[in-house]
Amino acid sequence: MANPCAIAGIGQTRHASQRADVSIAGLVREAALRALEDAALTFADIDAVVIGKAPDMFEGVMMPELMLADALGAAGKPMLRVHTAGSVGGSTALVAASLVQAGIHERVLTVAFEKQSESDAMWALAPKIPFQPTVVAGAGGYFAPHIRAYIRRSGAPLDIGMRVALKDRLNALRNPYAHLHQEDITLEQIAQSPMLWDPIRYAETCPSSDGACAMVLVSEQAARSAPHRPAWVHASAMRSEPTMFAGRDQVNPRAGQECAAAVYHQAGITDPRREIDAAEIYVPFSWYEPMWMENLGFAPEGTGWRMTLEGATAFDGDLPVNPSGGVLSSNPIGASGMLRFAEAAMQVRGQAGEHQVDGAKRALGHAYGGGSQFFAMWIVGSEKP
Amino acid sequence: MRDVAVVSFAQAPSVRADQLRNEVEILMPVVAEALGRSGISKHEIGFTCSGSSDYLAGQPFSFVMALDAVGAWPPMAESHVEMDGAWALYEAWARLQHGDIDSALVYAFGKSSMGDIAELLTLQLDPYSVVPLWPDAVSVAALQARAMLDGGHHSERDMAAVAARSRRDAASNPNAQVRTPLDEAAALAEPCIVSPLREHDCPPVSDGAAAIVLAAGERARQACARPAWIRGIDHRIEPASLGARDLATSQSAALAARHAGALGGAFDVAEIHAPFTHQELILRDALGLGDRATAMNPSGGALVANPVMVAGLIRIGEAAQRIIDGRARRALAHATSGPCLQQNLVCVLEAD
Amino acid sequence: MSEQVYGIKVPIRLDYTYVVGTAPARFLRGLAQGKIVGQRCPSCAKVYVPPRGSCPTCGVPTRDDVALSDKGIVTTFCVVNIPFAGSAVKAPYVSASVLLDGADIPLFHLLQEVATEDVRMGMRVEAVWVPNDELQPSMNSIRYFRPTGEPDAPFESFKEHL
Ligand SMILES: [Zn+2]
Repeated sequence: MANPCAIAGIGQTRHASQRADVSIAGLVREAALRALEDAALTFADIDAVVIGKAPDMFEGVMMPELMLADALGAAGKPMLRVHTAGSVGGSTALVAASLVQAGIHERVLTVAFEKQSESDAMWALAPKIPFQPTVVAGAGGYFAPHIRAYIRRSGAPLDIGMRVALKDRLNALRNPYAHLHQEDITLEQIAQSPMLWDPIRYAETCPSSDGACAMVLVSEQAARSAPHRPAWVHASAMRSEPTMFAGRDQVNPRAGQECAAAVYHQAGITDPRREIDAAEIYVPFSWYEPMWMENLGFAPEGTGWRMTLEGATAFDGDLPVNPSGGVLSSNPIGASGMLRFAEAAMQVRGQAGEHQVDGAKRALGHAYGGGSQFFAMWIVGSEKP
Repeated sequence: MRDVAVVSFAQAPSVRADQLRNEVEILMPVVAEALGRSGISKHEIGFTCSGSSDYLAGQPFSFVMALDAVGAWPPMAESHVEMDGAWALYEAWARLQHGDIDSALVYAFGKSSMGDIAELLTLQLDPYSVVPLWPDAVSVAALQARAMLDGGHHSERDMAAVAARSRRDAASNPNAQVRTPLDEAAALAEPCIVSPLREHDCPPVSDGAAAIVLAAGERARQACARPAWIRGIDHRIEPASLGARDLATSQSAALAARHAGALGGAFDVAEIHAPFTHQELILRDALGLGDRATAMNPSGGALVANPVMVAGLIRIGEAAQRIIDGRARRALAHATSGPCLQQNLVCVLEAD
Repeated sequence: MSEQVYGIKVPIRLDYTYVVGTAPARFLRGLAQGKIVGQRCPSCAKVYVPPRGSCPTCGVPTRDDVALSDKGIVTTFCVVNIPFAGSAVKAPYVSASVLLDGADIPLFHLLQEVATEDVRMGMRVEAVWVPNDELQPSMNSIRYFRPTGEPDAPFESFKEHL
């Protein structure tokens, strides 16, 4: 079976709409150096680097890992570049973990980033291809119809999305790295923000951020010399399904269900709601919290919204979801998935500071991408599995 | 390490521009052929990994639609690298080491015909200090060729000899794109495109796709009478700045070869990913192939078919195929990425 | 003292020649004749529109053309209230998933000639084509969809197509 893998170092940048104070290389180093410092290692100790980001068009650099090799101390080492759309931050961590689990490397540095301010992201997502229709306006235009379908299917009250947005923005106030710090945000303000893609309001969407996240993943042997308590990978899985096919359920995609089932099985979890102490879930539009609660098996189909309404997913609820503030508070696209994975690990290491969930022993990190079709998840724990 | 082998390989014939088929349509028969030859169905495959580039395809998330060529239903364990498919194979090989799955599908696709590939590859250089000067890929390669020639170990005549041999070998490769013979003397009399590179020193612009099925242990033996076992595989990168490295050598290729166990013993065949003639000469030195009686690039190599993002995976496929067919017992495969051989992967393949 | 430089602008222009593919080309040629052509999967018999050349679940080529009606139902939709760069339509507008009669997958298009607040899931709609002499091998040959006035389709009939 696969070798144990531990998370010995975690670092992230301050996330902001524009990090004009650093180059792309400076941004990834900010996260990487913090992760190395946490693990009391230097670039020289690292065996391989695995880097991930969403489309290259976001920065205007083709395969930017090539020009980032020096900045990440990768010269003379193996370097892999992952791209699996929005789930990429999660997939990148899983590829890095895989190298340790395979017994190939002892210490792998993994980094994910996006510096959207360096290019025109709107253009990057919508090149004018002559034969493709242009009526779908941005990611919100793609996801809004599925949210509408969820509301119709579940009969959820219309204010659920706003409650999620409020919760995550308040959680972000506990996270010094978060992009959005909206001190006096209220439900009223969210309700009055413009309806961009009905039923999605402006305040229910994620920001566009520059930012990076990094982790040092190590073998059991290397974990022994880590200065701080590591987190352990208890389970990991990726699942994909096609974008469009007849009969596809985009509200509750089977790839997500099966990915969740795979990680629960590996971790020996039979009742995820009870056995998982905190979850960092990829929620770029507020309504995806209740949708993913069902997809991940935390709630029976059609009832995920009750968890939000009853406060179960709140910071003091029985399953705190996105105590960091989540994607709704910081969204450096390529790094957003890795932030979920890293934040889950921070919880079980007890290093989450103001947004630490008391006594968290096991946490779920989740990322998804494409048209709700690519999923990456891991379960991390404070104890070696 | 667990024993993992290439058990089947398929590729689309490389063409200058496929103006009828989209990427999915090019890829679909290739994936079906690779799976068919292995006898392993897509439902049994434990992991799938692909390599391609959004900039090459001219649209973000271009790998997403390519998934339709596989038929990812029920949902499958799948990942993608924004790299040549050879690195997708590396990721799949690593995944197979976990021991819980026994087979993997690897594929790559690329249509260089859609844009100006030499201009496009400029975007791989430093965006702040180099890209504003917009040196195209042929000019950047010419810097390296000049450094090599000035080192005095290889000549323009040696470069032409590489081209002529590649063209000769291409004649018997139905998947090759450039198959006209090359008269070395006449070719050397031609003017340079970018000094010191002449037309025959440069790769063609190609559209293509390839797929490989990997299997572990007993499953590999069931799938293939003569599996091409991966005895070593490693890849290394070096600094991006062209001024920070000795362009006349390839330290990262030499390092990868050492870690892959490629520096000892003889190879019957070597498939080297060298889009430019001088790069084969540099790589032969770096991989220690200079004096060995090894058949060099019997497929004709990237000089006769160069689908970007695919050509590296094809090298592994071509080398493995010769073992599967019984024409070779030990083979070396190599893939490269980035300006002037910045990143290199080496794979040692053997029959039982 | 010289001014600090924090960034530079590097304009990038890349031209591409996109190849639509054989199956989508049949669909586009159909639009140029005022017809909507889908393709049926030989394995699962589902009808795809626009066809991409493969059945996404079976991974096999779709080859049999199927002439589809230009009427269908709105399975789900979104009201776009903000102007988007590159969008030809003035906000607010409705972009809808339209399941054409005879197809197994909805296609996205504009919905017009109806107030945004009156759009419903299940609403029957039809294509409004450009005049015959303006037909092109392009989605723009259909200007938009509009309600037919027929009774709405029951939710049960399209819940598998959301
Ligand atoms: Zn089918």
